[in-house]
Amino acid sequence: MIDLSLLPDGGMNWLDASGPKSTIVLSTRIRLARNVRGIPFSQRAKDADRTAVLERITEAAGSSDRLSRAVTFHLDQMERPDRQLLHERHLVSKELAGLERESRPRPGAALLVQDQVGVMVNEEDHFRIHGMRSGFDLEDAYAAVEAADADLGRLVPFAFHPEFGYLTSCPTNAGTGLRASVLIHLPGLVLTKEINKVLQGLSQVGLTFRGLYGEGSEVVGNFFQLSNQTTLGKTEDELIDHLGKIVRQVVEYEEQARDVLLKTAPEEVEDKTWRAYGLLKHARRLSFEETMNLLSGVRLGVGLNLLSGPGVYTLNKLLIYTQPAHLAAMDGRSTGDRELPMVRAAFVRRLLEAEPR
Amino acid sequence: MLCDNCKERDAIINLTHVEHDSKVTLHLCEQCAQQKGVETGGAVLKTPLGGFLTALGKGGTVLPTPSDGLRCSSCGSTLRDFRDAGRLGCDQCYLAFELHLRDLLRRLHGSSQHVGERYDAPGEAAADPRGRLLDLKAQLRRAVEGENFELAAELRDRIRVLE
Repeated sequence: MIDLSLLPDGGMNWLDASGPKSTIVLSTRIRLARNVRGIPFSQRAKDADRTAVLERITEAAGSSDRLSRAVTFHLDQMERPDRQLLHERHLVSKELAGLERESRPRPGAALLVQDQVGVMVNEEDHFRIHGMRSGFDLEDAYAAVEAADADLGRLVPFAFHPEFGYLTSCPTNAGTGLRASVLIHLPGLVLTKEINKVLQGLSQVGLTFRGLYGEGSEVVGNFFQLSNQTTLGKTEDELIDHLGKIVRQVVEYEEQARDVLLKTAPEEVEDKTWRAYGLLKHARRLSFEETMNLLSGVRLGVGLNLLSGPGVYTLNKLLIYTQPAHLAAMDGRSTGDRELPMVRAAFVRRLLEAEPR
Repeated sequence: MLCDNCKERDAIINLTHVEHDSKVTLHLCEQCAQQKGVETGGAVLKTPLGGFLTALGKGGTVLPTPSDGLRCSSCGSTLRDFRDAGRLGCDQCYLAFELHLRDLLRRLHGSSQHVGERYDAPGEAAADPRGRLLDLKAQLRRAVEGENFELAAELRDRIRVLE
């Protein structure tokens, strides 16, 4: 069993709801894709190459302010539930955690974390340097990642081409290697049926959306991850500014949609919110998906001041802790345990009872 | 996983679209995806090369024939491998498949010219012949695009020497 207490905040302070616009925007994440010059990209790398990549970053991290105290998780040496736990905490991708196949990840698969900066090692690219921030805070997230990138790039020669920029395993990431994304909660736009227009509009302005866990994941609980689609031909600042501008617009649309809901169907919205709260507070069995949808209803109610509590931080914690690996770890069970829906409902009740409403 | 449309070939593309109020994901093979108007990596790479590359050919440079068999001398990946997997084998693949990738990058990103942060690798920026080669090739491309053929000829000679 891994000890996440090694991380001062369990790698979770991006969920503390302290950041700007945190009732609507849960978190901001920026990642840079980098590869070591002269070593085959991950898919073609032999075990020795992968180990060499890990050695290079371990050595370089030791001389970096941003990473010298980093905790390293060797995913190839971890059991599946622990790897799933890191994935549920949004610290590693499904791919790096090796959750899509039975066998363990290959040697060299690792995660380095310090404060709010992490590096996935030997994922699709040798390094994926990422920074997470609570709420809507692109500038701060980028500043942290940029500093870590500069530190590493001074000691490890990155693959870079004067025309194509940073070279990545998939050409969709080449150039800046930068993907900025915000995790945003849009129940107002979903309930007013405006969401499709907004999502379609995103692709026209070079952005894309994904579900809660990024690439390939489904949208649940009205949570969307909005991010830049292209990474080449624009500067890092241009990419970030553009995403920021569009997200601000989406937040505005969401606020307008919520106003419309309050004006045109106040009783329905209030009823929906209280029903969601009631179910969470009293249900005896909850699936993860149902929990997410109910949390969405409560979150909307809190955002509209229809409910005075629970706090946004509690709602964020519920998002993370009601996932299978977290529940299983807390209760000493396996992730496939048939009683997990009961454990989930009991956990939700306990957390909500401790909160004002 | 089999293609949702033909149920015969392996699905390699996930096409997600919004239908009424719900999100629908179709798992498609390359052929069915193309029929539905999705531009696949394979189709993108089969596109003819840009005019300036033809100009380069007239200047005497031997251009590789665009074909699946094109191979990266560093990692051994072929263009076919890239088409199949959607992933390149190593950083040198960008040089081996440069013509194809430039075209692909333009289609993906609207540009193939990186304008973000510049990067010099530790201690070897000026001395590394590979880095110099990359630089010269970029300069050559810009010279041809700017129709500065005198400079282009000079740069091509310097590239030949280095290669």
